Amino acid sequence: MTETHAHAAPQGFIRKYVFSLDHKVIGLQYYFLALAAVFTGMFLSLLMRIHLVWPNASIPFFGDIKPEQYLSLLTMHGTIMVFFVLTTAPQGGFGNYFLPIQIGAPDMAFPVLNMLSFWTTFLGFIVLIAAFFVTGGAPLHGWTGYAPLSALQSAGPGEGLGADLWITSIAIFCIGALMGALNFITTTLDMRAKGMSLMRMPLTVWAWFVTAILGLLAFGVLLSAGILLLMDRHLGTSFFVPVTTVNGVLTGHKGGSPLLWQHLFWFFGHPEVYIAILPAMGLCSQLLSVFSRKPIFGYKAMVYAILAIGFLGFMVWGHHMFMSGMNPTVAFSFSVLTMGIGVPSAIKTFNWLGTLWRGKIRFSSPMLFAVGFVSLFVVGGISGPFLAQPVLDIYLHETFFVIAHFHLIMGVASIFGIFAATYYWFPKMFGRMMNETLAKTHFFLTFIGAYCIFMPMHFTGMGGLLRRYSQYTEVQWMHSMAGVNKFITFAAFVTIASQFIFLFNLFWSMFKGEKAADNPWEATTLEWITATPPPHDNFGGITPVVYNGPYEYSVPGAPKDFVMQTDAAVGAKKH
Amino acid sequence: MGLVLLVVIWLITLLGSYFIIAKTWWLPVGASAAAAGIDHHFTVSYILMGGVFILAQLALGWFAWKYRDRGAGAAEPAHYSHGNTTLEVVWTALTIVLFVGLNLASHSIWAAERIDPPQPGAVPVEVTGMQFAWYFRYPGPDGKFGATRPELEDASLGGAGALGLDSNDPASKDDVITGVMEVPVNREIEVILRSHDVIHSFFVPAMRFKQDAVPGLAIHMHFTPIQTGEFELACAELCGLGHYKMHGIVKVVSQEEFDKWLAEREAEKQ
Amino acid sequence: MASFGTTATLDEPLVSRGDKGGAPPSFGGGDGGRSGPSLPDYQTRLRRARLGLLVALTPVLMLFVSFTSAYVVRQGLPTLDSRTNQLVRDWIPTKLPALLWVNTLVLLVSSVGMELARRQTKLAAVAATAKPGVGGSANVEGKTPWLGMTIALGLLFLYGQWMAWKQLAASGFYVSTTPSSSFVYLLTGAHAIHLMGGVIALLVAGLFALLHRSVATRSIVVDVAGWYWHFMAALWVYILLLLEFAK
Repeated sequence: MTETHAHAAPQGFIRKYVFSLDHKVIGLQYYFLALAAVFTGMFLSLLMRIHLVWPNASIPFFGDIKPEQYLSLLTMHGTIMVFFVLTTAPQGGFGNYFLPIQIGAPDMAFPVLNMLSFWTTFLGFIVLIAAFFVTGGAPLHGWTGYAPLSALQSAGPGEGLGADLWITSIAIFCIGALMGALNFITTTLDMRAKGMSLMRMPLTVWAWFVTAILGLLAFGVLLSAGILLLMDRHLGTSFFVPVTTVNGVLTGHKGGSPLLWQHLFWFFGHPEVYIAILPAMGLCSQLLSVFSRKPIFGYKAMVYAILAIGFLGFMVWGHHMFMSGMNPTVAFSFSVLTMGIGVPSAIKTFNWLGTLWRGKIRFSSPMLFAVGFVSLFVVGGISGPFLAQPVLDIYLHETFFVIAHFHLIMGVASIFGIFAATYYWFPKMFGRMMNETLAKTHFFLTFIGAYCIFMPMHFTGMGGLLRRYSQYTEVQWMHSMAGVNKFITFAAFVTIASQFIFLFNLFWSMFKGEKAADNPWEATTLEWITATPPPHDNFGGITPVVYNGPYEYSVPGAPKDFVMQTDAAVGAKKH
Repeated sequence: MGLVLLVVIWLITLLGSYFIIAKTWWLPVGASAAAAGIDHHFTVSYILMGGVFILAQLALGWFAWKYRDRGAGAAEPAHYSHGNTTLEVVWTALTIVLFVGLNLASHSIWAAERIDPPQPGAVPVEVTGMQFAWYFRYPGPDGKFGATRPELEDASLGGAGALGLDSNDPASKDDVITGVMEVPVNREIEVILRSHDVIHSFFVPAMRFKQDAVPGLAIHMHFTPIQTGEFELACAELCGLGHYKMHGIVKVVSQEEFDKWLAEREAEKQ
Repeated sequence: MASFGTTATLDEPLVSRGDKGGAPPSFGGGDGGRSGPSLPDYQTRLRRARLGLLVALTPVLMLFVSFTSAYVVRQGLPTLDSRTNQLVRDWIPTKLPALLWVNTLVLLVSSVGMELARRQTKLAAVAATAKPGVGGSANVEGKTPWLGMTIALGLLFLYGQWMAWKQLAASGFYVSTTPSSSFVYLLTGAHAIHLMGGVIALLVAGLFALLHRSVATRSIVVDVAGWYWHFMAALWVYILLLLEFAK
């Protein structure tokens, strides 16, 4: 924070790797935090799957899983995955690393803020994990934390200190995310290189930009809800809690509204799911274009679709509340808007297919994951219109059909975006290639495995299997689905095991991978003109000037089948 | 590799579709008046959305194979095109019509089930959820539910105690409280949902009925059973460690049996 | 495969270096690239800092929008009285201590002082940028310590808010007494925390002056803090009007 002359790259381990102000290092820090989080979250889900099939099984080192512990597992699984994986890796990780480079900037607008945003997020993760280790353990109220269950300390084990840590962790995360959003937006608006007009930005940048705007508007509301919840828990207020008795004992609250929590939470929660998927959509567009050697089909439509998804994303939160007791006419209005938001998503899917059409497809590992993303997005997206219709939601709400829907979109498609980004940008970040054989193995095992886990959940959902049940021994109609549950658990074992192939590939290739050229994929965007890995200021003291759009592939008459954005020589189509 | 992708995607698509078409795991037989309409709408949705799903996945697999790079020898480069505005407009319009139209088509069912009030003469049953059991209360001959007070709640005293029934209120005298929900067939049942502690949800799959029970509110909903029998219900909103065992039975009987049963319950109270 | 050789230019050396504004810790700290005295120019830094502030004010606004919607909803919300099985409304408005109006006056005056401080430092910065040889010391600025006065008034406001809380408590209205009183404490408390942030920013700017740091950097801090201060003043007026008239 001194203001002497602009100095050269920092020396020393602490300034270089721990409290670095370099967006590239910070991006990697976010990425590795998300990596730790995703393996934690996956492990929790494995424990859940084991318990569902063998409720009396004793886990080595853990012992029996009691019903409240199952609920804690699912609460923490959801919270870790949504916040510390899906809101961290695509945006904080890859966005931080590549947004400045893709727009031709030497760093983010506010590097100190950037550094603080990572360490704030990291602190949030530590506080969350601490909930496991306090008296009562982690909370059992689900990642959605509905009041009064989350507001009453006596309502269940884990709802004491564990719940307080959960709320605090989320509040800390909100602050970190807002700091990040600030940087992304200011940088995109103010630091684009000459010639990098808005309509020449890669769709990855558009996605990161709109995602940041969503975060900017949504996280403040989540923070407000968390503050009100803490007040209800500890200061005796009654924002969310009406007159209630737990175990026959009056809790002392009166007049509050449980639905108020749901409105505030979902006002954040719905944009949050678009925060989780938009960066992956931007990247998918990027990769389909690069590896089909074709411009993205309908660039302008893709930009409008991202904007429409962002905008409409704030108008549909009520579709999580159809059964909540909210006014049914208002509910129906939300449902019409929700069907509306399916439209830009459909447009994007058509355009992805249009990009592949008449392309010249190269099946490198990033492309496999991009194609996989489209497939998963289609299946996850198609179940949306079922849930969006309130008459069908009467039956489907809280069943495994919902679990299938959001896992396929967030838990698989979005994760495929992270995998694709890793395989794609690894050469630029580490100067080496990842092993393609391992990568392809990882792809097929994960793609098929994930379908084996989540496709059957549509079926069990149709059969009425309810979520957040720690066991299915009590309700008669759920017994017939035990076989499917077993199949899902076995698929989970195999799929989770396959992720270790990726983990091995990642770390092994950092040291032993084949050396990478500056532009191994023959792509056109600005990160591929830098040295590998990029130097401290990204472009080696030179400011790039942009002449072309980001998707000039197979331009007729061009010497090669790709034209860099900075290449003035080739007469590319102007945008 | 393109071929492998095609095979994998097509197989997954066809296998997934098979289990839906075969209804291997499906909705239970509908036992309420609403079921026919809702089930029909499920079918329409599956046909329309399922059609889109199959087409999109098959196209994806097909394109992945057909447009693979056949190597340096292949003559044709990729087709340089930034898109087609007419096509964009057309498929956007079609999608809007399909998605919004499908939803609007369900409005009459939604209105009948949730917006329209119960008909006069519906049988009122108050359904109260609390950690971790359901209680059902009938107002008795006076047609009025007696007052309840949270201070009086004591589950160890049975149903009336659990609800905190105020015996000083004359309307409470004839209230019948049970652990099984018994209702007459072919009559509209007006359900009044309440909760004492956290949010629960009253879900009867056979009746295609679900509604959250929210503390601080008394939510009125209705359904009409059209088949006699015993139908399971379960809690469908996470309510704590006993959520998984908060289930019960809805018993649908003939009108005569219902009247007889209710009279017996009234008599027991004397 | 790097292929930008013929087309990249050196015409704008090392622009967009990242803001070097010092405190508040939320902004600045540019960590540059190559050698050479190559901070972006003052106007770029100022524009970027202001844009950053505009963006940062959005979530602050959303926080209070969210609190407002909770307030409005709660006011109108009927709740079930299980005694009578009727829905009743239980909103009892809270009488606000008159001190709040005095505090408001203090804050508005401080806003005037803030604006004067902002312009004073801005003039000094522009002068210093035009004549780069002149040192970045406070000598270039006018004599009136507007910044110091603003800080003092801000602290006086916060003290006044604390006194108002004590008055409320003395008359029996604590945070959990009624739904209305909960919101009074919530809204005033949240505002006070944010204003404290502004005070800290101004203190840091003052510190920079004492340490003879660059007047350009200091003026950016004061400028951004100034707009933030005005926003906080406007937000306070809104909160007061909401609590007083939308009872």
